[in-house]
Parts: sequence; C-alpha cells; structure tokens
Amino acid sequence: MLNNLKILFHQGKQYIPDITRAQVPGIFRGRPVISNEPVDENELMDLCPTNAILSGPLAIDLGKCIFCGECAFAFPGKIKFTTDYKIATNERRQLIIPEGQGQPIELNPMLIRKEIHQYFGGSLKLRQVSAGGDNSCELELNACSNVNFDMGRFGIDFVASPRHADGIVITGPITKNMALPLQICYDAIPQPKIIILAGTDAISGGIFEGGPAIDRSFLSKYIIDLYVPGNPIHPLTFINGVLDLIKKRH
Amino acid sequence: MNYISVRNNQTIPLSSIPEMDYPAFFELNVFTLLKSNTSHCVNYFGSPQPGQIRLTCCIGDDDLGLIHLSSCVVTAQQVLPSFSKHHLAYEKFERELHENFGIAYADHPWLKPVRFPFNAFDKNSSIAGYPFFKIDSEELHEVGVGPIHAGIIEPGHFRFICNGEQILHLEIQLGYQHRGIEALFVEKKKLLQRITLAESISGDAVAGHTVAFVNLWESLCGFQADKHLQWSRTLALELERIAICTGGLSGMCTDVAYQLGSAVFGRLRTPIINFFQTWCGNRLAKGLIRAGKTNFPFTPALKAGLNNVLNDFEKDFEEICEELFSLSSALARFEKTGVITQQLATTLGTVGMCARMSGVSRDIRSSHPHDLYWAFDHQPIIKHHGDVYSRAQIRKEEIRKSIRYIRKLLEEIPAERNDRSSLSSPGAGSFTISLVEGWRGEICHCAITGDNGELIYYKIKDPSFHNWLALAMAVRNNEISDFPISNKSFDLSYCGHDL
Repeated sequence: MLNNLKILFHQGKQYIPDITRAQVPGIFRGRPVISNEPVDENELMDLCPTNAILSGPLAIDLGKCIFCGECAFAFPGKIKFTTDYKIATNERRQLIIPEGQGQPIELNPMLIRKEIHQYFGGSLKLRQVSAGGDNSCELELNACSNVNFDMGRFGIDFVASPRHADGIVITGPITKNMALPLQICYDAIPQPKIIILAGTDAISGGIFEGGPAIDRSFLSKYIIDLYVPGNPIHPLTFINGVLDLIKKRH
Repeated sequence: MNYISVRNNQTIPLSSIPEMDYPAFFELNVFTLLKSNTSHCVNYFGSPQPGQIRLTCCIGDDDLGLIHLSSCVVTAQQVLPSFSKHHLAYEKFERELHENFGIAYADHPWLKPVRFPFNAFDKNSSIAGYPFFKIDSEELHEVGVGPIHAGIIEPGHFRFICNGEQILHLEIQLGYQHRGIEALFVEKKKLLQRITLAESISGDAVAGHTVAFVNLWESLCGFQADKHLQWSRTLALELERIAICTGGLSGMCTDVAYQLGSAVFGRLRTPIINFFQTWCGNRLAKGLIRAGKTNFPFTPALKAGLNNVLNDFEKDFEEICEELFSLSSALARFEKTGVITQQLATTLGTVGMCARMSGVSRDIRSSHPHDLYWAFDHQPIIKHHGDVYSRAQIRKEEIRKSIRYIRKLLEEIPAERNDRSSLSSPGAGSFTISLVEGWRGEICHCAITGDNGELIYYKIKDPSFHNWLALAMAVRNNEISDFPISNKSFDLSYCGHDL
C-alpha cells in the first residue's frame, strides 16, 4: 500500500489540464499553410504519394494527405505544416486547404444534427471498428483514454458492445473482408447514432485508395458526422473534434 | 552445392539462385539445411511465372550469419508432398502457397485458408466460409469471439472449444485486415509510395518494417548507407522497442486488473513516442526513415532532450517494475499461464520474443546484424518458462537493454552528410532479402526485379506470421478467462499477418 502511494506521488499530475489549449511538443505536422509563391505545380503534385495536392487553385486535401511532409521539404517557401492540430471537421470540403488560406479548420454548425448535443452533450459512448487499420490510429485512440489525455473526464468513452454505443469510429481503408462485420456492427447500434472517420485511410483510403482489396461502399450510404485527419490521428485532434461536435450551440 | 548463401541485405542476380526439381528441393530444405536448431526458415514464397510458380526458400543460418537460398519451379496442378509433415514451421508458408496458387499438398496437416486475399486462387472462397475444426460432443461447447473485439484492437476471429471453463482447442482465423499490400508495392511506382506502404504494414512496427524496406531498396540500387543513416535507423528501432514494450506491459497490467501498473506503464510510453514527434513530427515515427536520405538529421539539441527523457523514464520505470514483479496478485496470473515449451517453440518455428521466452535463441541483431548492430555484440535475452511471466520479464529486460544501447549510441553521433549521392534505379534481374529484428521479432522483406530493373515481386513476412499458431497452442488447457492476458502478452499483429 505504501509503495503504491509512493508511486502515485512520484507520478505527480500527468493529465493535460486544458485539452483545448494544449501545445504539442516538437515539430508536429498539423494544418498546412500554402503561400502564393509561384512554383512548378506539376512537379509539386507529382511528388505526393497519395495525390493529395490538387490544382486550380493549388490545394492540399487533408482527407488524402498522409502528413509525410515531403512537399514541405521540397518546396519550403510554398508549403509549411503548422502545429495546429485542430483539423477535425464535419464537412469534407473544409479539409481541402487552398493556397493563401490561413484560417483555422472548424465544424460547420449548420450540418450538425440538433439531437447530437441534446443526446450526447454530456455523455458519448463510442464503438471502434478497425477495418484494415494498421494499428497506428488504434494506438492513438487508446491513448485518448490514458492518464495523459483522459478523454473520459468529458464523458467520452469507448465501449465494448455496439448495443451500448452512440456511434462508431472507423479506422482503416475498409477492407473487403471487413465490409460485412462493419455493417453488422453499425446496424447493431441504436438510433440516433453518429459516424466518425479517424485517420486518412478511413477518410479517403489513403495510400490504399482504389486498391483491389478495399470496399468502401458502406460510406456512401450514410452521412459522416466527423472527419478526423491524421496518419495516425493525434489524440488532441480527435478529442477536440469530438468535443466540438457535441458542445452546446446557440 | 545446390544452394547459394547470402548475407543480410545482399543483392544477387536472380539467376544465381540454384533451381532444382521438387524432390531435391524438398530434401535440401526439409532435411539437409535444418539439421540444427540454429537454422530456420525465414521466408518461403512463390512468385508467379507464365503458367508456373517459382518457389524460393530462404533458410537463415544463425551460426554463420548467412541465408541459404534455393528454388524450384512447379505448376499448380501438381500434387506435392508437403514440407510441413516433417517440419511444422512450414505449415503457414505452405497454406499461403496453396491459397495463392492452388498448389495441392498430399499430406499437409492443416491445409486451410490463411487470409482470403483478393487474388486468391479459389475465386469462390469467402471469409464467411472458413472451415473451423469441430468436435461433436455433448460435454463441449464453442465460444466464438470477433472479428470485432471488445477493445480498440484489430479484427480477427477466435473460435474456442471448451470443456467447462477449460480451453481444449483454439482456432484463430485471420484475413480481415487484408489490404493487398504486397501487390500494391509492385503496382505503385514511386519510391515515396512504397515507403508509405512500408510504414503502413503494421503501424506499431513502423521503424521495423520501414528499415527492412529501405535497407533492401538501397541494396537493390547499389547504395551504401552512411553512418548517420545507419545510426538513425538503429536508434529508431530501439526507441520503438522501448515504446511498444512499455505499452505492452501496460496492457498486461490491464488484463490482470492491476490498475496502477496499467496507468503508469501507459503514461511512461508517452514521453518516448513524444520524442519521436520531437524528432520527426510523428509519434509513431512515420516520415522518419527514408531510402538514401533523411529529412530529420539528429541534432545536439535532440541528444540533450533524449538523455533527459531516458533519465526520467528509467527512474519511474524501475519503480513500477519493482512493484509489479513482486506483486503476488499479478504474478499469480502471470506464472504458468499460456506456456510454450522449448520443444514446442522449436517445432512451431517461433521467432522474436516468442522464441526467446522459451529458451530458443533467435535474434537477428546478433545472428544477422544490420545497420549499427555490429557494434553492440548483442546477446539475446533468453527466458525459459515460456509463460506470461517470461514474456513480461523479456519486455522489462529488452527495455533496459535498449536504454543501454541508446545511451551508447548517443556517445558518438556520426555527422550528417551533405554530399550523399542520389539513389539510382534498382539493378535488373536481381534478388534481395532484408532481415530486421523489430520489437516483435524477425521481419523479412524480399524483392525481385525484372529485366528493366522494375520491381516485379515483393514479399513481406511479419514475425506474427510464425507466432500466431503459438498463441493458439499456448492457451490449451488454460481457463478461458486467462485468454486475454495470454493474447496481450504475445501481442501479435493482425495487419502485419494479413498484409
């Protein structure tokens, strides 16, 4: 018992007090900023492994970007990744960052269903399904509930049974072999329910987009409530995105 | 001599791998090369040729630090005697050959699907129709778990046959994570795309698989990595080992309901992966390792930071380890649970931690060293009981050893080079094999190039490919309530297996 207390004392306070204003250490690659500097656009677009750089106007699609940062190394005057980790949104269009735009990414309140705050504002239970995820987003979703990020303090938890869940968090590009189990799991969640896509692979397929073992037809049937980009997602991106989705709006 | 011996990461002309008829190939790889325990199959695969299949077998010889390669051309219609009948360690490899190419084996003990790939030979096979082993008895019952499990974990199906609370038999069905990654390696032409794929093979072993790929690719292109690159890769591998093994200890505490251990080990992982972020902008080291270059040269400021991280880590890590490893309520759950004996480990051909926990010395860092492992004269950490406790102890000691290695690495950081030549194209008609000791164990990548130097075949083997069967065997005669702790202590990869 004494030993346990000693360990607790040595650990001190580990949680991040204000999760909405936490700073990420180091050189995190979050929301990019693209300058208006003229560059060889074809060369820039050809560089990207996942065709996330679009032209007319030049833009980066964070739903496809795997945040490798190679474009920023090759064109440092053109592209910079900031440490802004608040890149989750409920509108797919907002993930496309055109050149010259420096505003933060936000949720579109018009697209949030009224019942989301009413039902889930104080408590949101989520069922996670990995559908071809590489276990990196899964590790980070687990980290959301560790003593550092402690998402449970906001009433947001992952639960074992879809019957106890208010929504589903999908990771991975959705493999053919997981298409049916994913559907069964979703169907088992009672209404109203939300869908969150966590990670670039889930949002667009990432490097697996159009691959022969992928079946993304599930996604075309439903409205997506939250897109959380990242490769993998950062716990702060996920928690802040979900808090934004369920908060009270006037 | 009817085989060719190569070193880890050596490129040879494809045509120099001796080709023989199946009886000679069988004799060589089943009897001649596997005479001693220090040799085992590191990879065995088929590559398609017009109307035929070329089988290539790679036997790692730990005494000599060599890999013995041999090959044989067969057709799908042939019925062949199986290697598995004599060496069970081949069973998964032959099942894969059967599933991908339709090769029929006359006497394979367990010729079942592996992962239901998109390009399976039998187009009618579907993951919903897996042929589970059954026992008809009124006393026994079945428990099916998955593919979706209770926590945030990858999918796979576990089918138990139980007598009351006791597990008689467990069958593990995988394949849900199959993304067709080997085919994509060939299909995607840009180097950066292939590195991205390597980083996605298993997101908890990013350093392991990416180092395997870049070492292989540089060898194919005739590029000799300089000291700074090798140094960074070695550091990344050891940091990954610390991070994931610490997380593993946290998970094991969770599964025996030891909340303090779960919380403390869980949070101890944070500064290590945050150091990856400080170094390369990503907590799991995606973006860090590149072929022929690095975007993140190691600086003196990083060195000071890492020293501080390790000093703080070590204090708290030792304190919680002392508590956990003397806590009778935890040890009662760890000891004699999920046992793999040395004999069984040898029969199954386990690798990595799963081999070393059972007294089988198998560690690429000492037998086929790459990058800067030459300098360490690494002695594998060996345990003998093969139970959950051995797996916990191995993690603790691996972490300590990795910290020692990192401190040694930090003593002398080779200068970053500004005069690196750029990577050329891979040579034509070549074969390269790359072995890396990731935190889970032996990762093996093989590549074959065509007449114009283009990649025509890529083969990945995650250590989990060897070890999943060991988990199924380990839980026999255990109580089913001990399954979670056994599973977590093996900590095998689903996506690394399914590819």
